[in-house]
Amino acid sequence: KLLEINPESYTAWNYRKLAVEHYLNLPDCNPDSIKSVLDDELRVVENALRQNFKSYGAWHHRKWVLSKGNSSIDNELRLLDKFQKADSRNFHAWNYRRFIAESMKRSKQDELKYTEDMIYTNFSNYSAWHNRSVLLSALFEKKAEGFLSKEKVLPEEYEFIHQAIFTDPDDQSGWFYHLWLLDQTVTTDSPLLASSWPGHGSDVLLVGDRRYNGSAFSPFSALHSDSGSFPIVLYFNQPVGGVNSSTVTVECGFNKNEDLLWKPLSASNSQTARVWVAHLKVPSSDLHSTVEVSVGHTKGIISTRGFEYSHPSMLSFKVHVQPMERDSSQVSVAESISLREENFKVYGKQSEESIIDSFDQLIIKNGHETTASNWRFEALAKEIECFRELLSLVDCKIGKLTLARLLKAYDAMSYPFANKLVHSEEVLELYSDLMKLDPTHYQFYKDERSIVLLQKVTSSKESLLQHCFQYRDSVSSAIGGPICLRLNNLSLSRMGAFEKLLWVQMLDLSHNELQSIEGLEVMQLLSCLSLRNNKLRSLTALEP
Amino acid sequence: MAELAVDKHVKYILAVEKNKDSFESVVMDHLRMNGAYWGLTALDLLGKLDSVNVDEVISWILKCQHESGGFSGNIGHDPHILYTLSAVQVLALFNRLDVLDIDKVATCILSCVLLMKLFAHRWLYESIVSSCTSCFAQVSKLDITGLQNEDGSFSGDMWGEVDTRFSYIAICCLSILCCLDKINVEKAVSYILSCKNLDGGFGCTPGGESHAGQIFCCVGALALTGSLHYVDKDLLGWWLCERQVKSGGLNGRPEKLPDVCYSWWVLSSLIMIDRVHWIDKEKLVKFILDCQDVENGGISDRPDDAVDVYHTYFGVAGLSLLNYPGLKAIDPAYALPVDVVNRIFFSG
Repeated sequence: KLLEINPESYTAWNYRKLAVEHYLNLPDCNPDSIKSVLDDELRVVENALRQNFKSYGAWHHRKWVLSKGNSSIDNELRLLDKFQKADSRNFHAWNYRRFIAESMKRSKQDELKYTEDMIYTNFSNYSAWHNRSVLLSALFEKKAEGFLSKEKVLPEEYEFIHQAIFTDPDDQSGWFYHLWLLDQTVTTDSPLLASSWPGHGSDVLLVGDRRYNGSAFSPFSALHSDSGSFPIVLYFNQPVGGVNSSTVTVECGFNKNEDLLWKPLSASNSQTARVWVAHLKVPSSDLHSTVEVSVGHTKGIISTRGFEYSHPSMLSFKVHVQPMERDSSQVSVAESISLREENFKVYGKQSEESIIDSFDQLIIKNGHETTASNWRFEALAKEIECFRELLSLVDCKIGKLTLARLLKAYDAMSYPFANKLVHSEEVLELYSDLMKLDPTHYQFYKDERSIVLLQKVTSSKESLLQHCFQYRDSVSSAIGGPICLRLNNLSLSRMGAFEKLLWVQMLDLSHNELQSIEGLEVMQLLSCLSLRNNKLRSLTALEP
Repeated sequence: MAELAVDKHVKYILAVEKNKDSFESVVMDHLRMNGAYWGLTALDLLGKLDSVNVDEVISWILKCQHESGGFSGNIGHDPHILYTLSAVQVLALFNRLDVLDIDKVATCILSCVLLMKLFAHRWLYESIVSSCTSCFAQVSKLDITGLQNEDGSFSGDMWGEVDTRFSYIAICCLSILCCLDKINVEKAVSYILSCKNLDGGFGCTPGGESHAGQIFCCVGALALTGSLHYVDKDLLGWWLCERQVKSGGLNGRPEKLPDVCYSWWVLSSLIMIDRVHWIDKEKLVKFILDCQDVENGGISDRPDDAVDVYHTYFGVAGLSLLNYPGLKAIDPAYALPVDVVNRIFFSG
């Protein structure tokens, strides 16, 4: 009685469980009496649930009774049906349903049909969409019959979700499911190398004296450093683990591969990261040598989603060491760097060819992907068309946000073969519209916009060079030294496009709106950074 | 804009504590320990913890402790992990963790199901006849460590309900008692990650729908075990920031009504993953203040509803996270004032 009035009185449920166990352990019990004892419990739970169908205690008690194995499971589905029709979002009921489906060994396909029925009854059913995503993922993973190729399944899912979103664009129920479909369309299972420093085929100059005029070498591969070593940075398209001197081998005349220690670059203690670095020591004498880096020829690199790095790749570059000048009387030990306007001179266009080549060397082209991805492009193109149509009918937030995401994904998939990000301008405008349309989430759109802007700036050599300046200090009149990438006054609230910025040694981010510098830890060549006039709240990214 | 009616809320909380005979009090009898945590932490945030009689509270708490080391929701109820955490948190507020035999609360269980059954009978006796059997003294005590299962998950009590809420509770409680090493942290983390959903959120069990309360528990547990890098911050951040509806309040799941308690669950999660700037803080402050009963004190789930101590606590805690002036700072992972957390880890 107590439980029927107050199903949350957990001690009472415990007492009932003790009583039931007591009965079940009596020597004279038989299947019939067991069934009647358990059926009694189920009746109590049902009455309790009518009082409060969100009671953890009641649902757990039912599950406990069912686990004893002597009750009719078919009844349960009927009961669930009633409860779920009364409240389709009751997560206790959905959890219990998953438990019953598992016990009954109901097929995932049947459960998928159930979610379909629920959704057709009412599109606004996030719980059903969620369950659908869980079932589909499991079917994809198991490579079940009929779910072998995402190419066939996803277009149908897109059709389905369109009905939900287009019926009521303001209803969030379908938004996250669509985002998941997009992720399934775009993400390759196997991790790939996206970029590296030094770039493949590049000529790396290592010079100790900042005043040395290294203008014959590209700004993207000249390193001003007197530390006696330089970093090799590998940037993957998703977080991976297992990068070490067995899975990545570095062959060069002047260093032993086994001595290299590969470290993950992340602002936390994790053993996985998108970006990994190892430092190669160089001799101090004059040197011109080739270095070959083999990635993934031995198994062991695995993404956090569990997929192996299955396309072994190789980088090779030449290293030229310029030793320090003997007369060091002119070299001052601790120069202070002042990033005032007069210190900058636009980087002149010298030896155009080497610039083009070395810029392209920054990004790794994974050729094998293009042929397999036609269905991906088609799917994205179709989605883009659909959402343009939606926006022509209704000016809605989800329309604009989804279109922006689709265009970004399309560009990301085409680059670097296309050598240009075709939709950047449109995406930037969409985010600006969203900042006005949905001011509550202004900062979210601003962060997304900042990253798109950075991708645009770094997408072509012309736009990138516009932000490259020669630094010249007031003391010496020598021109030379590392290029400073100036990204100031761009209203940036977040940093991004790091895969294109691995080469940067001097970075001016002053006069922006950065709140954190999350991500900057991957810029291993950075020796000078200006963050003046921003809105910083924390500086933890600088640790690694 | 409205202001926080501090004095009214303090009066309301103290009145709730004293009034044990109201219908509400009787119905909530079994979770009085949680109520104590909500009321007392709210008082501490408002700077008025000294309004209560410390000794009275502590002696009541100790009456709720069972032989096993666990605490129950009230005197006469069974122990459960939910109330064990609240008890430990309240003792931390008063800086009286010394009254605990920490090993008793936390040490490893050697027992198997057989011992748990023996235990069951023990509790049955306790409610009818109080007598100690000598064999009991030799049996290992049931405790939090003993509640960890093979797959890393945690049960709420001996009856086996598994939920990521309990993972958070176990990790938070043992962390406060500085003995997190007594459980298998790696397995606990991997169980939590098995509850991660495709929208970036977390459910109560694998496959369970994302819900702001569960997300708080999972993100909190990951924070306390140094495992936040497993969270997709951008994906989860967007899901969380979309909990803010037009009125400025936050809901717990898509297409649900806003509720003041989500000002805590969603907000603390956003802070832990460093995406709190993705919501409109001012609008949320206004929403919380609109949920106050400025006449009688207390805060309700949404404007003009009835107040209760649960929503009063979460409203005040939410305002603290939003840097509302005059409130003590609160730790988003431990859900205790920052000075209390500092005292646990940095003194003595």
